[in-house]
Amino acid sequence: MNSDVFAPWEDPQAKPLIQFQNVTKRFGGFTAIDNLSLDIFEREFFALLGPSGCGKTTMMRMLAGFETPTEGHILLSGQDIDPVPPNKRAVNMMFQSYALFPHLSVWDNIAFGLRRDNMPKTDLEARVEEMLRLTRLEQFARRKPHQISGGQRQRVALARSLAKAPKLLLLDEPLGALDKKLRQDTQFELMDIQEKTGTTFVIVTHDQEEAMTVASRVAVMDQGQLKQVATPDRIYENPNSVYVADFIGDVNIIEGRATATGDEAFQIDWAEGQAPLTATSSAGVSNGQSCHLAIRPEKVTISAERPADAINAIQGKVHDIAYLGNLSTYYVELANGTIIKAQTANTRRISRRSFTWEDPVWLSWTATAAVLLAN
Amino acid sequence: MSRLSWFNTVSLTLGFAFLYIPMIILIIFSFNESKLVTVWAGFSTKWYGELVQNEAFLKAAWVTLRVAVLSSTLATVLGTAAAYVLVRGGRFFGRTLFSGMIYAPLVMPEVITGLSLLLLFIGIGLDRGILTIVLAHTTFSMCFVSVVVSSRLVTFDQSLEEAALDLGCSSAQAFRLVTLPIIAPAVISGWLLAFTLSLDDLVIASFTSGPSATTLPIKIFSAVRLGVSPEINALSTIMIAVVTVGVITASLVTKRAMVRQRQDEMAAARAE
Repeated sequence: MNSDVFAPWEDPQAKPLIQFQNVTKRFGGFTAIDNLSLDIFEREFFALLGPSGCGKTTMMRMLAGFETPTEGHILLSGQDIDPVPPNKRAVNMMFQSYALFPHLSVWDNIAFGLRRDNMPKTDLEARVEEMLRLTRLEQFARRKPHQISGGQRQRVALARSLAKAPKLLLLDEPLGALDKKLRQDTQFELMDIQEKTGTTFVIVTHDQEEAMTVASRVAVMDQGQLKQVATPDRIYENPNSVYVADFIGDVNIIEGRATATGDEAFQIDWAEGQAPLTATSSAGVSNGQSCHLAIRPEKVTISAERPADAINAIQGKVHDIAYLGNLSTYYVELANGTIIKAQTANTRRISRRSFTWEDPVWLSWTATAAVLLAN
Repeated sequence: MSRLSWFNTVSLTLGFAFLYIPMIILIIFSFNESKLVTVWAGFSTKWYGELVQNEAFLKAAWVTLRVAVLSSTLATVLGTAAAYVLVRGGRFFGRTLFSGMIYAPLVMPEVITGLSLLLLFIGIGLDRGILTIVLAHTTFSMCFVSVVVSSRLVTFDQSLEEAALDLGCSSAQAFRLVTLPIIAPAVISGWLLAFTLSLDDLVIASFTSGPSATTLPIKIFSAVRLGVSPEINALSTIMIAVVTVGVITASLVTKRAMVRQRQDEMAAARAE
């Protein structure tokens, strides 16, 4: 099974499709991208994730050719593409606003790029029909962009940017304009199309759920730098910094001081008069170093009595309950005022809920549940 | 439909009377039998017949039409190019100065524009005729075109042009295949504006026209100085009719397109 897993980034022989080599981009005095190096491989679905202004859009515009790096180089299939103008690159982009040409029909929008290549008429028609089929737009071919719905427009934009069979497809917040339900359906459709066409996709998004769902690897960015590049599960389970842990999903952060107690085992003193917490970490943390312990709320168990075999257990009282339907998040206040979130699945009806406000409870988690992050 | 209060009815009547009574009088008297303009002597269309016989008027009308078409076309090309550079060119050196300068002729007294053009044409030894009027009209109407087109370009989604580049267009192709078709309504209304301005210009034309070429407004003005004739009324009525038909057609076309677009969008939203 393991040999089938798509992971070219772990293969030292694999040749990346795109290489950012020490790329810096400045706009006047503002540094949008700061000495960034990154490899993206063929057939990857790569997500650039970060808050607005982190530089993810600049990365994408440099790939499309609308911006050139101030320093460093970008290579596509080993060739430096900095001097290549956007219309000569084997890269296409799907714009956030879709940028459909309002004066052209859906059919002509999709054919637009192919016409620029002077493709023979029969080939062109076949290619457009293929794209219409792929995006299930056959019956809308003759309509103008304002005559179709938002979801259909999104698919036209995708078909148009895929029509030229680019080596690389860039997607700038492709689902941002759709409502939540439609967005979820479209995410799977995108993945499906990516798999069918075998095109390398780079998606820019600020929606972490979207990035986690669609991407083979996610790059978390902040202030023009890559914070972590890894598969969605590694980003979630093994964040390498407080920033990444906090940006992806919900997390409890406990500050403390680490002491090694054995091979990869540490004891964390975090508050006066409280028992130390236990965590494992393969990262080298020196004795007495201040550190952060990151624990996902769903890995914290909430119970009325202290679980007998719990490695980490602390007592508190329920401060607040966020009922989300399928889940409930308990905000538990500890003796020193710290709030720890614990999440449970609501497998029983709400009237049978075990805890309510002000109830004294025990929180517990295993030694491997938390991630130890050195400062 | 709500009924207007008596106060609003009176205001509306007064306002429109103020605007249109002079023109209505002119139209009525163009059908006057009598040669005396102010004395009604029965209905007749004979002045229209005489107008068709009047070669001087016809010649002037032909000159005016040619000047208007040529100058508005030239002004549209130049004005659109200027607007494009000013809106899209980024912050190049002197941009603010140029934007200011392109609007200055809008407020410049026509007498001064006319005079300066006259001096220029004499200076470079250009004989005054159709060419000089065309040049003069282009000069003052291109800034109107530029204003109309640039206000459209400001709201133009730049990613449309980027999409065109991304799909393999050169900059020139992107402009021709994407930008121009989309801003076409603004370019056309700029052209129409330049055309009307050229049609009714008297001041600048009288500075820059020569004995070989006289435009209709100059002809009418000089004819009126010898006394108003019913023929002039007839001519003016024709001009009013042409303009009215043009304006109504243009607004109907725009309105229909807007209504259809809104219906389509609503239908698309419902289908979602």
